[in-house]
Amino acid sequence: MSRQIHAFPGGVHPPENKDQSSHNPIALPPLPAELTLPLNQHSGAPAKPVVSVGDKVLKGQLLAKANGFVSAPVHAPTSGTITAIEVCPVPHPSGLEEPCIILQSDGEDRWAELEPVTDYTAAAKDLLLQKIHDAGVVGLGGAGFPAAVKMASRTEDKIHTVVVNGAECEPYITADDRLMRERADKIVGGILILRHLLNPKEIIIGIEDNKPEAVDAMRAACKGKNIEVAVVPTRYPSGDAQRLIYLLTGKEVPNDARSVDIGILCYNVGTLAAVHDAIVEGKPLISRITTLTGEALKQPQNVEALIGTPADHLLEFSGLKKRKLHSLVLGGPMMGHTLERTDMPVLKTTNCLIAATWEEFPPAPTPQECIRCGLCSEACPVSLLPQQLYWHSKAENHDQLNHHNLFDCIECGACAYVCPSAIPLVQYYRASKGEIRQLQAKQQKAEYSKKRFEDRQARLEAEKAAREAKRKANAERAAQLKKEKAAAAANPAAAKPEDSAKADEVKAALARATARKATEGKAGRPQLSAKQKELKIQLSMVKAQLKKSERALADAKGSEETNAQLQTNIDKLKAQVATLEKEFEQAAQAPVAAAPEQPAKKAKPVLNEQQKKLKIESAMARAAVKKAQRALDEAGKSAANIDELKQTLQQAQTKADELEAAMKAAADAPAPEPAADKPVKKPKPALSDAQKKLKIEAAMARAAVKKAQRALDEAGDTPELKQALQQAQEKAAEVEAAMQAAAEAPEPAPAEEKPARKAKPVLSDAQKKLKIEAAMARAAVKKAQRALDEAGDDPELKQALQQAQAKAAELEAAMQAAAEAPAPEPEPTPAPAAEKPARKAKPVLSDEQKKLKIEAAMARAAVKKAQRALDDAGEDAANIDELKQTLQQAQAAADAAAEALDKASA
Amino acid sequence: MEIVLYAVGALLLLALVCGAILGFASERFKVEGDPIVDQINALLPQTQCGQCGHPGCRPYAESIANGEAINRCPPGGQATINALADLLDVEAVPLDDEHGEEKPPMVAYIREDECIGCTKCIQACPVDAILGAAKQMHTVIVSECTGCDLCVEPCPVDCIDMVPLEVTTRNWKWDKPLAPDMIIATDRGGQTA
Repeated sequence: MSRQIHAFPGGVHPPENKDQSSHNPIALPPLPAELTLPLNQHSGAPAKPVVSVGDKVLKGQLLAKANGFVSAPVHAPTSGTITAIEVCPVPHPSGLEEPCIILQSDGEDRWAELEPVTDYTAAAKDLLLQKIHDAGVVGLGGAGFPAAVKMASRTEDKIHTVVVNGAECEPYITADDRLMRERADKIVGGILILRHLLNPKEIIIGIEDNKPEAVDAMRAACKGKNIEVAVVPTRYPSGDAQRLIYLLTGKEVPNDARSVDIGILCYNVGTLAAVHDAIVEGKPLISRITTLTGEALKQPQNVEALIGTPADHLLEFSGLKKRKLHSLVLGGPMMGHTLERTDMPVLKTTNCLIAATWEEFPPAPTPQECIRCGLCSEACPVSLLPQQLYWHSKAENHDQLNHHNLFDCIECGACAYVCPSAIPLVQYYRASKGEIRQLQAKQQKAEYSKKRFEDRQARLEAEKAAREAKRKANAERAAQLKKEKAAAAANPAAAKPEDSAKADEVKAALARATARKATEGKAGRPQLSAKQKELKIQLSMVKAQLKKSERALADAKGSEETNAQLQTNIDKLKAQVATLEKEFEQAAQAPVAAAPEQPAKKAKPVLNEQQKKLKIESAMARAAVKKAQRALDEAGKSAANIDELKQTLQQAQTKADELEAAMKAAADAPAPEPAADKPVKKPKPALSDAQKKLKIEAAMARAAVKKAQRALDEAGDTPELKQALQQAQEKAAEVEAAMQAAAEAPEPAPAEEKPARKAKPVLSDAQKKLKIEAAMARAAVKKAQRALDEAGDDPELKQALQQAQAKAAELEAAMQAAAEAPAPEPEPTPAPAAEKPARKAKPVLSDEQKKLKIEAAMARAAVKKAQRALDDAGEDAANIDELKQTLQQAQAAADAAAEALDKASA
Repeated sequence: MEIVLYAVGALLLLALVCGAILGFASERFKVEGDPIVDQINALLPQTQCGQCGHPGCRPYAESIANGEAINRCPPGGQATINALADLLDVEAVPLDDEHGEEKPPMVAYIREDECIGCTKCIQACPVDAILGAAKQMHTVIVSECTGCDLCVEPCPVDCIDMVPLEVTTRNWKWDKPLAPDMIIATDRGGQTA
């Protein structure tokens, strides 16, 4: 043997215990009924399932694909059905669960179609690498690093040596030993594929001298292939990749690098056999050689276990003596860990299962204090100072741990093995490593959060600055305008010519613009004044309505009565069209020059506000008409609705007519008219308004109850306060009654459209709002409950809470009632006022009275307004009845408010 | 006498030269800002939760630099206190209970079917970890959430829970063996190593 073996420092010689299992050939256990395949059997990202529950799969079929660069796929080890994809316990020292695919075997063990590469020397290297990756081959020695990733991590000319790891230094384990003895040709096949891919100068197989049969078998298989088989002395942990590399080449891997960085790749013999299977036979990695040993087994042996086979199935196969089983160890006795349960699946990295008796692995002796004997540093194969690490780990001195190269520790357990004080040293190192990693992650997260926080601050600041700049610009412009105006007012004589010149300029520009428009679009048409334009718009709208009505008539060929009514509608509309047209013509005939326009313009500024309002109203009326019409269209054949709808439509139209009239009046004669259309306008938004107000009241009632409760909490057990609360609650009840009454009897003429609309598609909005209310009420109750929890078990408080809950329920009911029944009775303008006095009865008493008074005053004001409107409306006979009715109702509301005030003050 | 004058003159010259060098160096190598505040800020967990009584981590770092106690950061816990003590060379004291207790890493969770889409939590989140729009369901981006629980209070329907970050096989770590004062078997009261 020519190769010089470089002995590494330290190392130990634990009892080998390999004879029990090494003499039996590799056995094939029966097919298990169910296989559990964790998605993460390798280092890197977990695989992504590509099958779903219920799928029938064949042996070797892809179940989960690699997810990302460092990842590996999972294949079906046998044919069968996927019964679940769920989290299951996996053989991990934490005992935690991970997502797994459960495969129920169908017993047929039918292969999927395989695609072997007949001549890999002719195939592209990328394709071979991909094939190895797709076969799910990972390092079978223990770490489970995806084999193809390791191969592809450096370009081929960088790798000069491939070390094949057949050392198998851990006691008990004989899986690689048996593999080398029985399947040396497969291993050599894998080595040759690797040589083809990487073209290294040297390939060395390292085997410990306690496996002479394996050495012979490998030598025989390697004959004439320029592969060196080196025998290394038996010493734990020579099977560690970096120790073996040192043993065979004398090269050490720097502590911040990997072995590939010094041009050396190390593969386990099992991994190379899997590479051979993947390329030459096309088989993915679905089974592995696992050692079953320990004194609790009748027949210790190696088996070729399908990945995912439950451990107890294999142990049963090897004759498990259940009574003798004390602990089941996964891996070797030095680096393995015990399993809490025996139904854990075999993974790609499971090289050994030890079913140990109590005598075999007795509980660890009680640790004593460190005596600084130094045996651990002699045993350490990485030349660390284990006892120093131990002290610093105990003191959580992370700086010192890093300084002593804690992360170079390979956790081989040699130090703990030799420790005369039986200190579980490796446990300390593992815990400290975990802690340091966690702190680093925390630190990274903190830095990341800081960046995000600062980014957010910067964003908010920028938004604020933008807003500020905009505001400033606006203010400046306003100031500029003001200044100009002031200057103009101060010396009108001086300013006038300038002003008029400017005005002339503007006018000229406007004239040009209109002229351009006229020539562009409506050539030959006279320039239209504002009024003409408006008239024109109205005309077109009425025409559209007319068309719609006609269409509706055509659609609704229901009762004759309906038709007649529709017909009258249409007639009316037609009449309107006629009048509008006439008006338009009149307006058109009037001289087109700027002069006549001017007075109209001048008259406007005075009216401005009113006109605006009128316009809005007329738009709303039109919208109402449109809506009603749409409802009518939709209602179509439903005869029951038609009458109602028609009525609505008529009303809306009359309103529109009135509005137009009012608008005309307002446009013609400046001023006080608007009051006349107030009653028309007011009833319209009243529905939504009332709802809104009801909602606000509900919220306020809740707030009041909450406040009272809080006051009660703070005050403790004062009986007076409690009494006050009760009174407040009684009042709240009254309020709610009033509110319900108000909610049940709302709403003016347009309300009649609402039912139509409500019944139809628009409900969603109201429903949403109700939902929000409900959620908020629930939150209030929850908060109150929390307060109660904090306050302890005061039965009175509880009672109060119950009352509050009842109230919340009532409120919800009231809300629903309000939402569901916006009713037929017309309601006066001050309707909200009528509810308000009721609501105001709630809060603290003195306040409440004040508010009631305000309410009453408001109601009175409303009455007054209505009256004035009635006066103003004067001759308009059509309106008078309606207005009078409104007035009466308003008065009734005011009376109610006054009554409530009396009650509250009493 | 002459010798004394020479000596005084030489010392004076030396002093002037050294003074000039020092003066130049203090201008040339002037350090902008307050590096100690940055160092302290780097050790704080950056949850921006305000449990210390300051409106964020940086303000607290500034107060620490001005002599405030270092044990008012519950999210950072003892590890942060130790690191601060190490940095500032002061005694590492236990966490001040007044400002809250150290909890395992938490993450906010929105019960999505109860969310009404009010966006209040989005505005409260200091690290933009909540995703959503008005009247649309909101959700927490777990990887961005610092667990500061600032979003819990503003929620009008109480649909945000703080849940401990789940321990998986990826972030699990080994426990430390029993403390040395548990070495005598009878001290352990039934616990085993």
